[in-house]
Amino acid sequence: MGNYIKLIALGGVALFAAVAANWGRDVSYIVHAMIILAVAGFMFVRVLRKMDEPVYATPDGYMDDVIRAGVIATGFWGVVGFLVGVVIAFQLAFPQLNFEVLQPYGNFGRLRPLHTSAVIFAFGGNALIMSSFYIVQRTCGARLWGGNLAWFVFWGYNLFIILAATGYLLGGTQSKEYAEPEWYVDIWLTIVWVAFLLVYLGTIFKRTEKHIYVANWFLLSFIVTVAMLHIVNNISIPVSIWGSKSVQVFSGVQDAMVQWWYGHNAVGFFLTAGFLGMMYYFVPKQAGRPVFSYKLSIIHFWALIFLYIWAGPHHLHYTALPDWASTLGMVFSIILWMPSWGGMINGLMTLQGAWDKLRTDPIIRMMVISLAFYGMSTFEGPMMSIRAVNSLSHYTDWTIGHVHSGALGWNGMITFSALYFLTPKLWGRAQMYSMSAINWHFWLATIGIILYAASMWVTGIMEGLMWREVDANGFLVNSFADTVSAKFPMYVVRGLGGVLYLSGALIMAWNMFMTIRGGARVAAPVGVPAE
Amino acid sequence: MSSNDQKDIDEVTGTDTTGHSWDGIKELNNPLPRWWLWCFYITIVWGIAYTIAYPAWPLVSSATSGMLGYSTRGEVAQDIARFEDANAEISAQLAAADLNVLNENPELLRYANSAGGAVFRNNCSQCHGSGAAGFVGYPNLLDDDWLWGGDFASIEYTVRHGIRNEEDWDARWSEMTAYDDIFSNDEVDQVVQYVRLISGQEHDAGLAAAGEGLFLDNCAACHGDNGMGNRDLGAPNLTDAIWLYGGDLASLEETVRYARFGVMPPWGERLSEAEIKAVTAYVHQLGGGE
Repeated sequence: MGNYIKLIALGGVALFAAVAANWGRDVSYIVHAMIILAVAGFMFVRVLRKMDEPVYATPDGYMDDVIRAGVIATGFWGVVGFLVGVVIAFQLAFPQLNFEVLQPYGNFGRLRPLHTSAVIFAFGGNALIMSSFYIVQRTCGARLWGGNLAWFVFWGYNLFIILAATGYLLGGTQSKEYAEPEWYVDIWLTIVWVAFLLVYLGTIFKRTEKHIYVANWFLLSFIVTVAMLHIVNNISIPVSIWGSKSVQVFSGVQDAMVQWWYGHNAVGFFLTAGFLGMMYYFVPKQAGRPVFSYKLSIIHFWALIFLYIWAGPHHLHYTALPDWASTLGMVFSIILWMPSWGGMINGLMTLQGAWDKLRTDPIIRMMVISLAFYGMSTFEGPMMSIRAVNSLSHYTDWTIGHVHSGALGWNGMITFSALYFLTPKLWGRAQMYSMSAINWHFWLATIGIILYAASMWVTGIMEGLMWREVDANGFLVNSFADTVSAKFPMYVVRGLGGVLYLSGALIMAWNMFMTIRGGARVAAPVGVPAE
Repeated sequence: MSSNDQKDIDEVTGTDTTGHSWDGIKELNNPLPRWWLWCFYITIVWGIAYTIAYPAWPLVSSATSGMLGYSTRGEVAQDIARFEDANAEISAQLAAADLNVLNENPELLRYANSAGGAVFRNNCSQCHGSGAAGFVGYPNLLDDDWLWGGDFASIEYTVRHGIRNEEDWDARWSEMTAYDDIFSNDEVDQVVQYVRLISGQEHDAGLAAAGEGLFLDNCAACHGDNGMGNRDLGAPNLTDAIWLYGGDLASLEETVRYARFGVMPPWGERLSEAEIKAVTAYVHQLGGGE
């Protein structure tokens, strides 16, 4: 019976997609309709072929296949996202790289959201989904709830990424930062996200542990809040159901405020709360030590999720936003400083009694640098939210540097260490294929981040000072183009930092591939002369 | 947690754990770090104080305005007013000044250049370049090759009214004919080669000779018999090495066939009298002022 319903639904979707591909008003919509037609058609045939197969009883153990797929997807999207980042970094330094033949698809303007979405949603999102599936099973002592629903979440989420990415290249965007996908892609993500929430909650409900572990609080707050943010920020009315264009319901400063309420909490709940959930599992596991303070984890969790949601207006200082809202955004951002640091303290102090592992375990080293960057950017963030500081930093590359010290340092490094933790475990290997390759990755990534962040601090503060520079009579000294040309050397340094970070990720991809293929590398003995 | 009968103590640190264990992960029963807690309290107290001092809390139809009476708009307005007050006198002097004798008043000249530079960088540099060296289709203002004249009065007129725009009835206006439908293909080649000849570039002598008559009949009315241009019509001098749209064969052919129509917006409504004077003086001193 269930299979018949599936077939009817898939057939209906395929038929609708075929009509949509025919009647579509714009290229992005038509291509998406064809992708959906192909996916629905493929699933239809697959269900049809399995109709007569016996239904097996659900296995008992942890559901790890979907996590294995998630690990591979995380590594893959990471490399893709970093590669696009390197390309657009050099496009900014050398505009000639916006090659004429690639227009309009290879334009910086279209590649930039491709980069941000690839790293945040494809790399970060897959990392969060797969690690939350891993963590919730282990810490609840229960198999994922919902059978193959977890697989629906994985494939559905990655279909969302494909639709988003192709949409950006083909010009389908609603031009809201980090929320660029158009209305039907948003609806699809909402469905997938609700399924994600169900799998997660279902697993927590059937847990065999009495208490819910702190990592699960963070991951659950991430899932619930992201659903709320996504829905509210994407309220829009499609111009036609046969086209990708839609009109936002909010307008003017209300739209800006909703957008940055969303944007800032994408940072707060996706990139902070979600990744803190990962940190709270992988750091104590890898260090083999208890979490430093249960009390701290409670207080900083509730303080963090209560305060973060109000901090968005600091993105709109000195705009049409009323001063009162801007003040509140700033005040909440500053009060948020200590709750953010609670996670860093709890993570770092968990290493109490295991600090020696810093010398021997490159994965621990990655976790420590990740927490250090977390601490740095959660100090820098409140500082930049102060109106006076913001008057210098706003619209400059300082913001870009700040975001990347958080994204490359905190999110990237904690994800890499999670991948290094999970890959051998999930494929039944003793350890990663090459431990020295992890070391290489660590140093390449760290130096890459330092080049990136330092160059953006320099160029950001420089351009901020140049923009506001006035002579004795109060006349502006520099034109905008003057600041652009002054930034050139730092743009090259930033690109090089990206190259280092990308090469580290490529080494990781190779290392993961070799680990999955099997066998550990035999380290050459040191100090023995070659025969 | 501590109510558990049997205390579970972490050996390494000698601290109690909460007694839970998830997949082998335990939690120590450490208190909140004091410094952390105090910093948290301090930020909260500071936050409350700040929201009393500055506009912060929303009410029904307005918001608290703060004890300091601060507003971001007010702050900017203050900055602007401060400089405007300081500049009021000299600015009025500039607005009324005769630019031709500006050199006699060094203080006013310096002010005009600094104000004019700022006006230029904010409004003109987008087309003419921040160094005023121009771009294809946008004249270089550093040389002495003027399309519409380079004395103070001409520059000021151009700034005030612009060129070939629809907004200002007094805009400078002229329009080159597109010869695509008028000349045969051969004739286009011939005129192009003739322009190459008079601009001292490599050319086909035979074609150029044939083009001379065409040039005199069709182009000379504006560009002059000798091709030296005519400032009354904004017709460029074709005999120098300075090209607005390019002097190579392809660019010349495109110009002859389809003509060109460069537009500059009028600034008379947008800039103050003093700003117009200032940017005129600034452009005049860039290198080619007459």
